[in-house]
Amino acid sequence: MSAIAENNRAVIRLKEKFPSAVLDVKEFRDEVTVTVSKENVVEICQFLKTELRYNLLTDVTAVDYMGKDPRFMVVYNLYSIPNKDRLRVKAAVGEDGPRIDSVVGVWNSANWLERETFDLFGITFVGHPDLRRILMTDDWEGHPLRKDYPLQGPGREPYKGRLS
Amino acid sequence: MGVEQPLGENVLTTSLDKLVNWARKSSIWPMTFGLACCAIEMMATGASSHDLDRFGIIFRASPRQSDCIIIAGTVTKKMLPVIKTVYEQMPEPKWVVAMGACACSGGVFDTYSVVQGVDEALHVDVYIPGCPPRPEALLYGLLKLQDKIAKERNSFGSALGLGERLEPTAA
Amino acid sequence: MANKEIMTVNMGPQHPSTHGVLRLVIELDGEVIEKITPHIGYLHRGVEKLSEHRTYHQAMTLTDRLDYLAPMSNNLGYVLAVEKLLGLEVPERAQTIRVIMAELTRLKSHLVWLACHALDIGAMTVFLYCFREREQIMSMYEKLSGARMTSSYFRVGGLSQDVYDGFEADVRRIIDEFPGYFDVYEGLLTKNTIWLQRTIGNGVISAEDAIDYGITGPALRGSGVDWDLRRDNPYSGYDKYSFKVPVGEKCDTFDRYKVRLVEMREAINILRQALDSLKPGPILADCPKVCYPPKERVYNTIEGLIHHFKIASEGFPAPEGEVYQSVEAPKGELGYYLVSDGGTKPYRMRIRPPSFVNLGAIEKMGKGSMIADLVAIIGTLDIVLGEIDR
Repeated sequence: MSAIAENNRAVIRLKEKFPSAVLDVKEFRDEVTVTVSKENVVEICQFLKTELRYNLLTDVTAVDYMGKDPRFMVVYNLYSIPNKDRLRVKAAVGEDGPRIDSVVGVWNSANWLERETFDLFGITFVGHPDLRRILMTDDWEGHPLRKDYPLQGPGREPYKGRLS
Repeated sequence: MGVEQPLGENVLTTSLDKLVNWARKSSIWPMTFGLACCAIEMMATGASSHDLDRFGIIFRASPRQSDCIIIAGTVTKKMLPVIKTVYEQMPEPKWVVAMGACACSGGVFDTYSVVQGVDEALHVDVYIPGCPPRPEALLYGLLKLQDKIAKERNSFGSALGLGERLEPTAA
Repeated sequence: MANKEIMTVNMGPQHPSTHGVLRLVIELDGEVIEKITPHIGYLHRGVEKLSEHRTYHQAMTLTDRLDYLAPMSNNLGYVLAVEKLLGLEVPERAQTIRVIMAELTRLKSHLVWLACHALDIGAMTVFLYCFREREQIMSMYEKLSGARMTSSYFRVGGLSQDVYDGFEADVRRIIDEFPGYFDVYEGLLTKNTIWLQRTIGNGVISAEDAIDYGITGPALRGSGVDWDLRRDNPYSGYDKYSFKVPVGEKCDTFDRYKVRLVEMREAINILRQALDSLKPGPILADCPKVCYPPKERVYNTIEGLIHHFKIASEGFPAPEGEVYQSVEAPKGELGYYLVSDGGTKPYRMRIRPPSFVNLGAIEKMGKGSMIADLVAIIGTLDIVLGEIDR
């Protein structure tokens, strides 16, 4: 862990408050990423919003690390308008029936962003008020952004050009 | 052509066809149906610098009032049923212009959600390549459509309900 | 009311004032909106998935087609994210030209916003005027990159080519002429009774709610939050320029209109400063493994040819890690979250679209207003469906 992450105010406060839930702190290109356990994600987000003034949730998304365990990583990009700094919070979610608690109660902007993550990755957000597909049609099968979903969709070959 | 052209092809019917074709090609009313990037170029074509009105082309907001649909942008699988419905709501005679690479062939988006060319569902009259096509290209495409309309046969007869409107055969 | 009857109205996806293929299902009590349910995804093209199958240079062409009203802002966010991932420094001239193009793009995007917003409320003339002025910027785009809209002019490490002869004169002309055009628009709208009645007190959202809903950009500043990424987290040398960040007070459509108009004037201000500080110099970082070599080196030296071939055929590997880089796009905060596994293609590219998050607030903003005012609310949010659906 490097100096920037060690001296980050949010990281220090989080470690004090949730010693067992903060699993890992990383720093890359001056950006701090905190990996937390998924059971505590709502508490931690609430703490970050009220105590550390990360009042803007810019993004909720996920990354599919297929072949690793746990497979998915849900990523929250936070911003503090008063302090003008960013923090990234991540929580790992396993492959079988992936689920994590919803943070809609903390920031309203999570509503659509979590719906999109549910749509494209198939991660269920427990406690979300209206968890429906948002980009794909309601009867769509599969979750397109998973790594095992083919780019052209199932049952269609990629276009290889006229000569091949 | 006896069955499709009950009036036959003689000097009277072809002259009347010409008259009908002239009227139709001079007042193409496309629908404002922007899907993606190409729609902005379509708007630019209709706006001050390029001015589509001088060709008698006036955008209409309702499919009931239009006789041409410009598919301007990427057609997705979610959008395709809507396009079909809108197309069906348009009265005959109607023409389809596929504007841009996405509408012609799917373009750069060879992905799970994109229909690889609107001609999978609709009969396309004019294809305009480009990503997006310049306003001049859209103008050229619409002029080509006018040429095509001018060469149609049995337009008069089909307007009376006698036979089908016949597309010009490839030269 | 004794017999309250709810009527459901469907608006879109084919509707002239939904700015694309947005569909809203509106529940009405008389003419008053009880509930709005937006349905999106009619333009979902799978850009995020597709970019996982493209090299870093190739994926940039996809970003043009996100917010197609502001292609260079999208390019800028993307190249900055990749440069951050690589730890690459960009020469000063390239940074300045990027700022000039980003501000011209802001003008271009705001002109379309004003044109469509005014057209939706019934002011046709403004539409024709705005598109006339926009053509000037479009022809500059074309001279610069060869394309009117999907420019892909920036490159990872700098620019694809230096500016054309006469570029500075073109920018100077825009700096001189555009403020006069803005006066014309304001003359047509700012004191126009119809415009005022349609916009004042319409689509109100408080600063607290706006932040809670994640609104960014001019829509947030219209609600009185003084926050602009160009000033607060500067990128591409924005810290060298001084400019005002306009802020609204009444949180309504009219204040957002005023904020955007001031932003257009401030864009001219930044253009002037950037043009004055433009000095000759290299336009690409000195990093042959990443940046395409200049053509004379490709044709005349074996190393140049090999580098060109390697970059074009397999791309360049990026170090393992993850970065998030955002820019102040005309619509709001446009962020790119890149995850690299050390390969030549992004392992995951997440685009944080400003319009998508801003549109989420329409349920809040539209509730309780008249159905006729809904088009004004859609217009003031300044959405682009290419970016919402990706």
